[in-house]
Amino acid sequence: MPELTEPQIWHALEDVKDPEIPVVSVVEMGIVRAVSVAGGRVTVAMTPTFAGCPALHVIRQAIAHRVRALGATEVEVQTVLYPPWTSDWISDAARAKLRAFGLAPPAKHGGDVNLILYDHAPCPRCGSDDTSLRNSFGSTLCRTIYTCNTCRETFEQFKAL
Amino acid sequence: MMYERALSQKLLALADDELILAHRNAEWTGHAPILEEDIGLANLAQDELGHAMLYYDLHCALAGGTPDHLAYFRDAADFRNAQLVELPKGDWAFTMLRQFLFDAYELALLTHLIPSAHKPLAEVAAKIRTEELYHYQHSSAWVRRLGLGTEESGRRLQAALDEQWPLARQLFWQPESETALVAGGVVPPAAVVLAAWHARVVPWLAESGLRVPEAAPSALSREQHTPHLAALLADFQQVARRDPEAEW
Repeated sequence: MPELTEPQIWHALEDVKDPEIPVVSVVEMGIVRAVSVAGGRVTVAMTPTFAGCPALHVIRQAIAHRVRALGATEVEVQTVLYPPWTSDWISDAARAKLRAFGLAPPAKHGGDVNLILYDHAPCPRCGSDDTSLRNSFGSTLCRTIYTCNTCRETFEQFKAL
Repeated sequence: MMYERALSQKLLALADDELILAHRNAEWTGHAPILEEDIGLANLAQDELGHAMLYYDLHCALAGGTPDHLAYFRDAADFRNAQLVELPKGDWAFTMLRQFLFDAYELALLTHLIPSAHKPLAEVAAKIRTEELYHYQHSSAWVRRLGLGTEESGRRLQAALDEQWPLARQLFWQPESETALVAGGVVPPAAVVLAAWHARVVPWLAESGLRVPEAAPSALSREQHTPHLAALLADFQQVARRDPEAEW
Protein backbone atom coordinates (compact mmCIF):
# COMPACT_ATOMS: atom_id res chain seq x y z
CA MET A 1 0.00 0.00 0.00
CA PRO A 2 1.47 3.41 -0.95
CA GLU A 3 2.21 5.77 1.87
CA LEU A 4 -0.53 8.22 2.85
CA THR A 5 0.00 11.86 1.95
CA GLU A 6 -1.05 14.94 3.87
CA PRO A 7 -3.36 16.27 1.11
CA GLN A 8 -5.11 12.88 1.09
CA ILE A 9 -5.81 13.19 4.79
CA TRP A 10 -7.01 16.80 4.57
CA HIS A 11 -9.34 15.71 1.79
CA ALA A 12 -10.70 12.76 3.81
CA LEU A 13 -11.32 14.99 6.83
CA GLU A 14 -13.79 16.98 4.72
CA ASP A 15 -16.08 14.01 5.36
CA VAL A 16 -16.02 14.60 9.11
CA LYS A 17 -18.86 16.95 10.02
CA ASP A 18 -19.43 19.00 13.12
CA PRO A 19 -22.04 16.87 14.94
CA GLU A 20 -24.00 19.95 16.03
CA ILE A 21 -23.91 21.49 12.52
CA PRO A 22 -23.92 18.49 10.16
CA VAL A 23 -23.59 20.57 6.97
CA VAL A 24 -20.03 21.80 7.55
CA SER A 25 -16.80 19.83 7.93
CA VAL A 26 -14.26 20.14 10.72
CA VAL A 27 -11.79 21.41 8.10
CA GLU A 28 -14.13 24.22 6.92
CA MET A 29 -14.79 25.18 10.56
CA GLY A 30 -11.06 25.67 11.14
CA ILE A 31 -11.05 22.98 13.84
CA VAL A 32 -8.32 20.90 12.17
CA ARG A 33 -5.08 22.83 12.55
CA ALA A 34 -2.36 20.50 11.25
CA VAL A 35 -1.80 17.08 9.73
CA SER A 36 1.47 15.16 9.59
CA VAL A 37 2.42 11.73 8.32
CA ALA A 38 5.39 9.57 9.30
CA GLY A 39 5.19 6.12 7.70
CA GLY A 40 1.86 4.61 8.72
CA ARG A 41 1.58 6.96 11.64
CA VAL A 42 -0.68 10.02 11.28
CA THR A 43 -0.97 12.93 13.69
CA VAL A 44 -3.89 15.35 13.47
CA ALA A 45 -3.94 18.52 15.59
CA MET A 46 -7.39 19.90 16.37
CA THR A 47 -8.57 22.82 18.47
CA PRO A 48 -11.86 23.25 20.34
CA THR A 49 -14.28 26.01 19.34
CA PHE A 50 -15.77 26.62 22.80
CA ALA A 51 -13.80 25.12 25.72
CA GLY A 52 -16.84 23.36 27.16
CA CYS A 53 -18.11 22.01 23.81
CA PRO A 54 -19.60 18.56 24.51
CA ALA A 55 -19.07 17.49 20.87
CA LEU A 56 -15.27 17.50 21.25
CA HIS A 57 -14.80 13.84 22.06
CA VAL A 58 -17.19 12.83 19.26
CA ILE A 59 -15.21 14.95 16.79
CA ARG A 60 -11.92 13.47 18.06
CA GLN A 61 -13.22 9.92 17.58
CA ALA A 62 -14.67 10.71 14.15
CA ILE A 63 -11.35 12.15 12.96
CA ALA A 64 -9.42 9.09 14.18
CA HIS A 65 -11.97 6.75 12.62
CA ARG A 66 -11.85 8.50 9.24
CA VAL A 67 -8.04 8.51 9.09
CA ARG A 68 -7.86 4.86 10.11
CA ALA A 69 -10.23 4.02 7.27
CA LEU A 70 -7.57 5.37 4.87
CA GLY A 71 -5.22 2.65 6.08
CA ALA A 72 -3.20 4.46 8.72
CA THR A 73 -1.80 2.00 11.25
CA GLU A 74 -1.63 4.52 14.05
CA VAL A 75 -3.57 7.76 14.48
CA GLU A 76 -3.01 10.36 17.14
CA VAL A 77 -5.47 13.24 17.52
CA GLN A 78 -3.87 16.00 19.56
CA THR A 79 -5.72 18.93 21.11
CA VAL A 80 -4.03 22.30 20.77
CA LEU A 81 -5.28 25.47 22.46
CA TYR A 82 -3.03 28.06 20.91
CA PRO A 83 -3.69 30.16 18.95
CA PRO A 84 -7.26 30.06 20.32
CA TRP A 85 -9.95 29.19 17.78
CA THR A 86 -11.76 32.16 16.29
CA SER A 87 -14.94 32.25 14.21
CA ASP A 88 -12.89 34.21 11.63
CA TRP A 89 -11.43 30.82 10.63
CA ILE A 90 -14.80 29.57 9.33
CA SER A 91 -14.31 29.42 5.55
CA ASP A 92 -16.47 31.40 3.13
CA ALA A 93 -17.86 28.16 1.69
CA ALA A 94 -18.87 27.07 5.19
CA ARG A 95 -20.52 30.44 5.85
CA ALA A 96 -22.76 29.94 2.81
CA LYS A 97 -23.64 26.41 4.03
CA LEU A 98 -24.45 27.70 7.52
CA ARG A 99 -26.78 30.29 6.01
CA ALA A 100 -28.54 27.64 3.90
CA PHE A 101 -28.86 25.51 7.05
CA GLY A 102 -30.70 28.43 8.72
CA LEU A 103 -27.84 29.44 10.98
CA ALA A 104 -26.55 33.00 10.47
CA PRO A 105 -22.74 33.05 10.23
CA PRO A 106 -20.83 35.48 12.46
CA ALA A 107 -19.25 38.56 10.87
CA LYS A 108 -15.46 38.58 10.55
CA HIS A 109 -14.14 40.72 13.39
CA GLY A 110 -10.34 40.52 13.31
CA GLY A 111 -10.27 40.22 17.10
CA ASP A 112 -12.18 43.46 17.75
CA VAL A 113 -14.11 42.85 20.98
CA ASN A 114 -16.84 45.35 20.07
CA LEU A 115 -17.56 43.47 16.87
CA ILE A 116 -17.50 40.16 18.75
CA LEU A 117 -20.00 41.23 21.39
CA TYR A 118 -22.22 43.49 19.33
CA ASP A 119 -22.28 41.44 16.16
CA HIS A 120 -25.23 41.95 13.84
CA ALA A 121 -26.95 39.00 12.16
CA PRO A 122 -28.85 39.33 8.87
CA CYS A 123 -31.80 36.93 8.72
CA PRO A 124 -30.74 33.67 7.00
CA ARG A 125 -34.33 33.08 5.81
CA CYS A 126 -35.40 36.36 4.18
CA GLY A 127 -32.08 38.25 4.13
CA SER A 128 -33.44 41.22 6.09
CA ASP A 129 -30.99 43.34 8.08
CA ASP A 130 -33.70 44.36 10.51
CA THR A 131 -33.13 41.77 13.26
CA SER A 132 -32.97 41.92 17.07
CA LEU A 133 -30.90 39.90 19.53
CA ARG A 134 -33.18 37.84 21.76
CA ASN A 135 -30.63 35.99 23.87
CA SER A 136 -26.83 35.85 23.91
CA PHE A 137 -27.16 32.17 24.78
CA GLY A 138 -28.85 29.52 22.69
CA SER A 139 -29.40 25.80 22.27
CA THR A 140 -25.65 25.11 22.18
CA LEU A 141 -22.64 27.02 23.53
CA CYS A 142 -21.85 28.37 20.06
CA ARG A 143 -25.28 29.85 19.25
CA THR A 144 -27.22 33.03 20.01
CA ILE A 145 -30.91 33.65 19.31
CA TYR A 146 -32.27 36.44 17.10
CA THR A 147 -35.69 37.46 15.84
CA CYS A 148 -36.20 38.86 12.34
CA ASN A 149 -38.40 41.97 12.44
CA THR A 150 -39.32 41.56 8.75
CA CYS A 151 -40.36 37.91 8.37
CA ARG A 152 -40.91 37.47 12.16
CA GLU A 153 -38.96 34.20 12.22
CA THR A 154 -36.75 33.39 15.16
CA PHE A 155 -33.33 32.14 14.09
CA GLU A 156 -29.94 31.26 15.52
CA GLN A 157 -26.56 32.73 14.80
CA PHE A 158 -23.20 31.03 15.20
CA LYS A 159 -21.59 33.13 17.92
CA ALA A 160 -18.60 35.29 17.08
CA LEU A 161 -15.54 34.20 19.04
CA MET B 1 9.74 21.30 43.66
CA MET B 2 8.21 23.93 45.96
CA TYR B 3 7.59 26.01 42.87
CA GLU B 4 5.72 23.20 41.10
CA ARG B 5 3.68 22.49 44.19
CA ALA B 6 2.66 26.16 44.51
CA LEU B 7 1.72 26.31 40.82
CA SER B 8 -0.31 23.10 40.92
CA GLN B 9 -2.18 24.39 43.99
CA LYS B 10 -2.92 27.67 42.21
CA LEU B 11 -4.29 25.76 39.21
CA LEU B 12 -6.42 23.65 41.52
CA ALA B 13 -7.94 26.77 43.10
CA LEU B 14 -8.73 28.20 39.65
CA ALA B 15 -10.35 24.91 38.59
CA ASP B 16 -12.32 24.46 41.81
CA ASP B 17 -13.86 27.95 41.57
CA GLU B 18 -15.10 27.13 38.06
CA LEU B 19 -16.41 23.67 38.94
CA ILE B 20 -18.35 24.75 42.02
CA LEU B 21 -19.82 27.83 40.35
CA ALA B 22 -20.82 25.67 37.37
CA HIS B 23 -22.73 23.39 39.73
CA ARG B 24 -24.53 26.28 41.41
CA ASN B 25 -25.51 27.74 38.03
CA ALA B 26 -26.67 24.34 36.79
CA GLU B 27 -29.06 24.23 39.75
CA TRP B 28 -31.14 26.84 37.91
CA THR B 29 -31.83 24.49 35.01
CA GLY B 30 -35.59 24.11 34.91
CA HIS B 31 -36.06 26.76 37.62
CA ALA B 32 -34.98 30.10 36.10
CA PRO B 33 -37.57 32.91 35.99
CA ILE B 34 -37.83 32.85 32.17
CA LEU B 35 -36.87 30.31 29.50
CA GLU B 36 -34.14 32.51 27.99
CA GLU B 37 -32.40 32.72 31.35
CA ASP B 38 -32.79 29.01 31.96
CA ILE B 39 -30.84 28.50 28.74
CA GLY B 40 -28.41 31.28 29.62
CA LEU B 41 -27.53 29.80 33.01
CA ALA B 42 -27.10 26.32 31.53
CA ASN B 43 -24.71 27.83 28.97
CA LEU B 44 -22.75 29.65 31.67
CA ALA B 45 -22.50 26.44 33.68
CA GLN B 46 -21.28 24.46 30.68
CA ASP B 47 -18.69 27.10 29.82
CA GLU B 48 -17.37 27.19 33.40
CA LEU B 49 -17.21 23.40 33.40
CA GLY B 50 -15.10 23.54 30.23
CA HIS B 51 -12.78 26.06 31.88
CA ALA B 52 -12.52 23.87 34.99
CA MET B 53 -11.42 20.97 32.75
CA LEU B 54 -8.65 23.05 31.18
CA TYR B 55 -7.30 24.07 34.59
CA TYR B 56 -7.61 20.52 36.01
CA ASP B 57 -5.66 19.21 33.00
CA LEU B 58 -2.85 21.69 33.74
CA HIS B 59 -2.92 20.72 37.41
CA CYS B 60 -2.77 17.00 36.57
CA ALA B 61 0.14 17.55 34.17
CA LEU B 62 2.15 18.76 37.18
CA ALA B 63 0.71 16.78 40.07
CA GLY B 64 -0.75 13.64 38.46
CA GLY B 65 -4.30 12.39 38.94
CA THR B 66 -7.32 12.90 36.70
CA PRO B 67 -9.96 15.66 36.51
CA ASP B 68 -12.74 13.16 37.28
CA HIS B 69 -11.00 11.94 40.39
CA LEU B 70 -10.41 15.50 41.58
CA ALA B 71 -14.03 16.43 41.00
CA TYR B 72 -15.76 13.35 42.36
CA PHE B 73 -13.50 11.83 44.99
CA ARG B 74 -12.16 14.69 47.07
CA ASP B 75 -13.83 15.80 50.29
CA ALA B 76 -14.79 19.40 51.04
CA ALA B 77 -11.64 20.08 53.09
CA ASP B 78 -9.47 19.39 50.02
CA PHE B 79 -11.28 21.86 47.74
CA ARG B 80 -9.63 25.25 47.19
CA ASN B 81 -12.58 27.25 45.83
CA ALA B 82 -13.59 30.52 47.44
CA GLN B 83 -16.68 30.52 49.68
CA LEU B 84 -18.40 32.99 47.37
CA VAL B 85 -19.02 30.29 44.74
CA GLU B 86 -20.16 27.57 47.16
CA LEU B 87 -23.02 29.54 48.75
CA PRO B 88 -26.50 28.29 47.79
CA LYS B 89 -27.88 29.90 44.64
CA GLY B 90 -30.30 32.13 46.59
CA ASP B 91 -32.68 34.29 44.61
CA TRP B 92 -32.12 35.60 41.09
CA ALA B 93 -30.46 38.78 42.35
CA PHE B 94 -28.05 36.74 44.48
CA THR B 95 -27.07 34.50 41.55
CA MET B 96 -26.62 37.35 39.08
CA LEU B 97 -24.63 39.51 41.47
CA ARG B 98 -22.31 36.60 42.28
CA GLN B 99 -21.85 35.94 38.58
CA PHE B 100 -21.08 39.62 38.00
CA LEU B 101 -18.48 39.81 40.79
CA PHE B 102 -16.91 36.55 39.63
CA ASP B 103 -16.90 37.40 35.90
CA ALA B 104 -15.24 40.75 36.62
CA TYR B 105 -12.63 38.95 38.75
CA GLU B 106 -11.98 36.45 35.95
CA LEU B 107 -11.54 39.18 33.34
CA ALA B 108 -9.11 41.04 35.60
CA LEU B 109 -7.18 37.85 36.33
CA LEU B 110 -7.13 36.47 32.77
CA THR B 111 -5.78 39.75 31.40
CA HIS B 112 -2.78 39.25 33.67
CA LEU B 113 -2.47 35.50 33.02
CA ILE B 114 -2.26 35.85 29.23
CA PRO B 115 1.41 36.97 29.52
CA SER B 116 2.17 34.24 32.12
CA ALA B 117 5.66 32.71 32.04
CA HIS B 118 4.01 29.28 32.39
CA LYS B 119 3.10 28.89 28.73
CA PRO B 120 0.32 26.29 29.15
CA LEU B 121 -1.42 28.63 31.60
CA ALA B 122 -1.02 31.60 29.24
CA GLU B 123 -2.61 29.56 26.44
CA VAL B 124 -5.58 28.52 28.58
CA ALA B 125 -6.11 32.14 29.69
CA ALA B 126 -6.17 33.33 26.07
CA LYS B 127 -8.63 30.57 25.19
CA ILE B 128 -11.03 31.39 28.02
CA ARG B 129 -11.03 35.17 27.87
CA THR B 130 -13.33 35.76 24.88
CA GLU B 131 -15.95 33.40 26.31
CA GLU B 132 -15.79 35.32 29.57
CA LEU B 133 -16.57 38.58 27.76
CA TYR B 134 -20.00 37.14 26.95
CA HIS B 135 -20.51 36.17 30.59
CA TYR B 136 -19.61 39.63 31.83
CA GLN B 137 -21.84 41.28 29.22
CA HIS B 138 -24.75 39.17 30.46
CA SER B 139 -24.23 39.46 34.23
CA SER B 140 -23.40 43.18 34.18
CA ALA B 141 -26.60 43.87 32.19
CA TRP B 142 -28.60 42.02 34.86
CA VAL B 143 -26.99 44.00 37.68
CA ARG B 144 -27.97 47.20 35.93
CA ARG B 145 -31.50 45.93 35.20
CA LEU B 146 -32.18 44.75 38.75
CA GLY B 147 -30.45 47.68 40.43
CA LEU B 148 -32.48 50.26 38.51
CA GLY B 149 -35.61 48.11 38.21
CA THR B 150 -38.24 48.05 40.92
CA GLU B 151 -37.90 48.82 44.61
CA GLU B 152 -37.96 45.11 45.33
CA SER B 153 -35.34 44.14 42.74
CA GLY B 154 -33.05 46.90 44.04
CA ARG B 155 -33.56 45.80 47.64
CA ARG B 156 -32.77 42.17 46.82
CA LEU B 157 -29.67 43.12 44.85
CA GLN B 158 -28.41 45.35 47.68
CA ALA B 159 -28.93 42.52 50.19
CA ALA B 160 -26.91 40.21 47.93
CA LEU B 161 -24.14 42.78 47.64
CA ASP B 162 -23.98 43.33 51.42
CA GLU B 163 -23.53 39.59 51.93
CA GLN B 164 -21.15 38.90 49.04
CA TRP B 165 -18.89 41.94 49.11
CA PRO B 166 -16.70 40.90 52.09
CA LEU B 167 -16.55 37.30 50.80
CA ALA B 168 -15.40 38.37 47.34
CA ARG B 169 -12.06 39.33 48.87
CA GLN B 170 -11.24 35.67 49.37
CA LEU B 171 -10.91 35.34 45.58
CA PHE B 172 -7.76 37.44 45.85
CA TRP B 173 -6.18 35.43 48.66
CA GLN B 174 -2.53 34.78 47.84
CA PRO B 175 -0.62 32.36 50.07
CA GLU B 176 3.07 32.96 50.80
CA SER B 177 3.92 29.94 48.67
CA GLU B 178 2.95 31.96 45.59
CA THR B 179 5.67 34.57 46.16
CA ALA B 180 8.07 32.73 43.84
CA LEU B 181 5.35 32.41 41.18
CA VAL B 182 4.73 36.15 41.28
CA ALA B 183 8.48 36.86 41.11
CA GLY B 184 8.80 34.50 38.14
CA GLY B 185 5.99 36.18 36.21
CA VAL B 186 3.79 33.06 36.35
CA VAL B 187 0.89 34.71 38.18
CA PRO B 188 0.20 38.40 38.88
CA PRO B 189 0.36 39.88 42.38
CA ALA B 190 -3.09 39.67 44.00
CA ALA B 191 -3.06 43.43 44.65
CA VAL B 192 -2.86 44.14 40.91
CA VAL B 193 -5.83 41.89 40.13
CA LEU B 194 -7.79 43.34 43.06
CA ALA B 195 -7.20 46.91 41.86
CA ALA B 196 -8.31 46.05 38.31
CA TRP B 197 -11.42 44.30 39.66
CA HIS B 198 -12.24 47.23 41.92
CA ALA B 199 -11.88 49.73 39.07
CA ARG B 200 -14.34 47.70 37.01
CA VAL B 201 -17.02 46.79 39.56
CA VAL B 202 -17.28 49.80 41.89
CA PRO B 203 -18.41 52.37 39.27
CA TRP B 204 -20.79 49.83 37.70
CA LEU B 205 -22.40 49.02 41.05
CA ALA B 206 -22.75 52.69 41.93
CA GLU B 207 -24.30 53.51 38.55
CA SER B 208 -26.69 50.62 39.12
CA GLY B 209 -28.06 52.40 42.18
CA LEU B 210 -26.23 50.29 44.76
CA ARG B 211 -24.42 51.32 47.91
CA VAL B 212 -20.99 49.68 47.88
CA PRO B 213 -20.21 48.45 51.41
CA GLU B 214 -17.03 49.29 53.27
CA ALA B 215 -14.48 46.66 52.32
CA ALA B 216 -13.43 44.56 55.24
CA PRO B 217 -10.28 42.73 54.14
CA SER B 218 -10.95 39.02 54.31
CA ALA B 219 -8.62 36.97 56.45
CA LEU B 220 -10.02 33.75 55.01
CA SER B 221 -7.72 31.35 53.24
CA ARG B 222 -9.07 29.08 50.50
CA GLU B 223 -8.77 26.16 52.91
CA GLN B 224 -11.78 27.43 54.87
CA HIS B 225 -15.26 26.46 53.74
CA THR B 226 -18.85 26.84 54.86
CA PRO B 227 -20.97 23.71 55.51
CA HIS B 228 -22.66 24.46 52.16
CA LEU B 229 -19.73 22.97 50.24
CA ALA B 230 -20.02 19.54 51.85
CA ALA B 231 -23.77 19.58 51.13
CA LEU B 232 -23.13 20.53 47.49
CA LEU B 233 -20.55 17.75 47.09
CA ALA B 234 -22.86 15.17 48.67
CA ASP B 235 -25.28 15.93 45.87
CA PHE B 236 -22.75 16.38 43.06
CA GLN B 237 -20.59 13.33 43.89
CA GLN B 238 -23.18 10.79 44.94
CA VAL B 239 -23.58 8.96 41.65
CA ALA B 240 -19.85 8.67 40.95
CA ARG B 241 -19.14 7.50 44.50
CA ARG B 242 -21.85 4.88 44.44
CA ASP B 243 -19.91 2.96 41.80
CA PRO B 244 -16.30 4.20 41.61
CA GLU B 245 -15.39 1.60 38.97
CA ALA B 246 -18.17 2.61 36.57
CA GLU B 247 -17.09 3.72 33.09
CA TRP B 248 -18.79 6.74 31.54
